[in-house]
Amino acid sequence: MSHNAVIYILIMALTTYLIRVLPLTLIRREIKNPVIRSFLYYVPYVTLSVMTFPAIVSATNSPVSGALAFAAGIIAAWAGLPLLQVSVLSCLVVFITELFL
Amino acid sequence: MTNRESFIKGIRDGVPIALGYLAVSFSLGIAARNAGLSAPLASFASITCLASAGEFAGFTLIAASAAYIEMAIMEFVINIRYMLMSCALSQKIPPETSLPKRLLLGMTITDEIFGISIAWPGKLNPYYSYGAVAIAAPFWTLGTCLGVVMGNMLPAGIVSALSVGLYGMFLAIVIPPAKERKALLVIVIISMLSSCAFTYIPFLSGIGAGFRIIILTVSISLAAAILHPIREEEA
Repeated sequence: MSHNAVIYILIMALTTYLIRVLPLTLIRREIKNPVIRSFLYYVPYVTLSVMTFPAIVSATNSPVSGALAFAAGIIAAWAGLPLLQVSVLSCLVVFITELFL
Repeated sequence: MTNRESFIKGIRDGVPIALGYLAVSFSLGIAARNAGLSAPLASFASITCLASAGEFAGFTLIAASAAYIEMAIMEFVINIRYMLMSCALSQKIPPETSLPKRLLLGMTITDEIFGISIAWPGKLNPYYSYGAVAIAAPFWTLGTCLGVVMGNMLPAGIVSALSVGLYGMFLAIVIPPAKERKALLVIVIISMLSSCAFTYIPFLSGIGAGFRIIILTVSISLAAAILHPIREEEA
């Protein structure tokens, strides 16, 4: 099946825009339901977790460097390093590990 | 403050955001390149979507030749937090704000610009958000473009290293609040283990990457919301 990259991107853009703009134009009152509020609160964390692991392990040239980057990222984030430093540290771990593989 | 002053203040407050975006979108560009996208296509995605997780997931699906409907559902689920922000912004602007202004304000909703918009004292002048996005979006697009171009020029070892950049940022977003809240930590661990199961267990691994993320996000978040609804002060 052949898919067109431009159509993919247009679908991405349209869906993302509708999500952003519909509540702003339609819903004029606050969402009170605790389950819906909790669901919306949890979604980004679950999505990012699911997308990160185990994909990070197979993103690099070797699963070993990917796994080490994952561990380093968790430790750095746990220690409270800012976003960019966590990211750069993960990259460095991969680069250095692969020098020795 | 006049519209013009608000716009200029938005640009000024948007500068640090724009610089941060340059770095994040560079990693996104590397991911786009790994998914086989050209620099113009990746830039087109960035200027029209302006969403890191959403674009990253989209590139994954493009690489997997997913169905168009899978792409639409995926983008809906992954960007669902923007709905919450959009609801919040609808309370933040003057009620008489016109429809065109609201339509334009929707385009400015990202985690960071929403953050500074909602922090505006009193009712928000939308021109403040317009100013912030006017400086942030070009940098976001430029970074993506550079990521693809540089990714094609840099040695394989460096591209491999840069490929984890975005994952590092995702960890930096997820881990700190999970450290503070035990329930969230458990949910993060369950999410990663489930994702692992769906990737490697034979029958489950037949489900495409897009639906895997959608199914896990909806089921885990819903279960968490029912079993452990957040208290108001946490939201």
